Amino acid sequence: MNTQIKNKYINPYVAGVIMGLLIIVAYYFSGEGLGASGGYRDVAIGAIETVAPTYAENNVYVAPHVGNDHSPTHSWLVYEILGAIFGAIISAALFGRLKFSIGKAPHITNKKRLILALIGGAFWGIGSQLGRGCTSGLVLSGIAVNSLSGYIGLMSIFGFGFIFAFIFKKLWIKTVKK
Amino acid sequence: MGPLYPQELLSSEYNLLIGFLIGIGFGFILEAAGFTSTRKLAGVFYGYDATVIKVFFTAALTALVGLFILHFMGWIDITATFFPKTYWIPTLIGGAIMGAGFIIGGFCPGTSVAAAATGKIDAMVFVVGVIIGIFGFIFTFDLWEGIRKAGNMGVVNVTEWLGINEGVFIFIFIVIAAITFVVFQRWQDYWKEKMSKEDIDELGI
Repeated sequence: MNTQIKNKYINPYVAGVIMGLLIIVAYYFSGEGLGASGGYRDVAIGAIETVAPTYAENNVYVAPHVGNDHSPTHSWLVYEILGAIFGAIISAALFGRLKFSIGKAPHITNKKRLILALIGGAFWGIGSQLGRGCTSGLVLSGIAVNSLSGYIGLMSIFGFGFIFAFIFKKLWIKTVKK
Repeated sequence: MGPLYPQELLSSEYNLLIGFLIGIGFGFILEAAGFTSTRKLAGVFYGYDATVIKVFFTAALTALVGLFILHFMGWIDITATFFPKTYWIPTLIGGAIMGAGFIIGGFCPGTSVAAAATGKIDAMVFVVGVIIGIFGFIFTFDLWEGIRKAGNMGVVNVTEWLGINEGVFIFIFIVIAAITFVVFQRWQDYWKEKMSKEDIDELGI
């Protein structure tokens, strides 16, 4: 192993306070919470609307979003995600972490990691549309306004997360026998 | 009085610009706090890294308390904001699917965007997976429609639902968060003794 420099991350409590303040600002100015999966959805719906407008009008899920301010060019969440891309790049550049790499537990092969990332992503795509949001929009922003949905999302995502973590322990933890 | 945009006190262009600026802050914090590291994210579920749980609960608590104060002072009307309706059945089932996706994929949608932007190839693939999942959901919506509309409780404030005072609720939340921080810090300390220097350097703990 080559000697790597220790990663430096900012204090988690400071990061949490700043993130919380961003949510407050978002609610105060725009009436929106931070979100992610909603932005993905708006892009997907925009794509369907462009490629297959007739299908978009007839699909029960897509139709309510057609032609209103959920189109990608007018979606608050899409602009927020574009901003997040810039923000992440700025931070990574400042901390010297801007480079191509594959994140994984050391004992997992690259191929396996990428296949699982694709599958895991697809789970999120389905789960977030069914559950009406992901960790950001459903849970974090939901809790911020004390919505019951946020607390159900929190318990469900993390509760089942711990169960699946137990089942798929080998993906992240190398069990060593001493 | 806030929220400004829903009450037409802010133009659409400025609203989107603010979304973009808030996004920059969001992405910056996600990266700077380590949320673009899939191992740090997975660390929540195995206990070897307490970072994510600390950031997440602190953010939720800050926003909760801040908005409570703004609402109390009459500076923001929470009911005019994005206040999600509660559909407990699809959120519970969707949450289970997302929980599985978290462990299998190692990211959530927001963190994957930040990670993909900074060159994490696994996150780029994850993003593709999310898009495939969303298209899959849309194209098979007939199958999901019934579940997605089930358990509609309307707009539900958790404190009203529990029948307790909002201040008391926030106090309980703070106590639970504090206990969680201590437990996860100890769990991380336990792991740290057994981890290699490479692992500790990579996680930055």
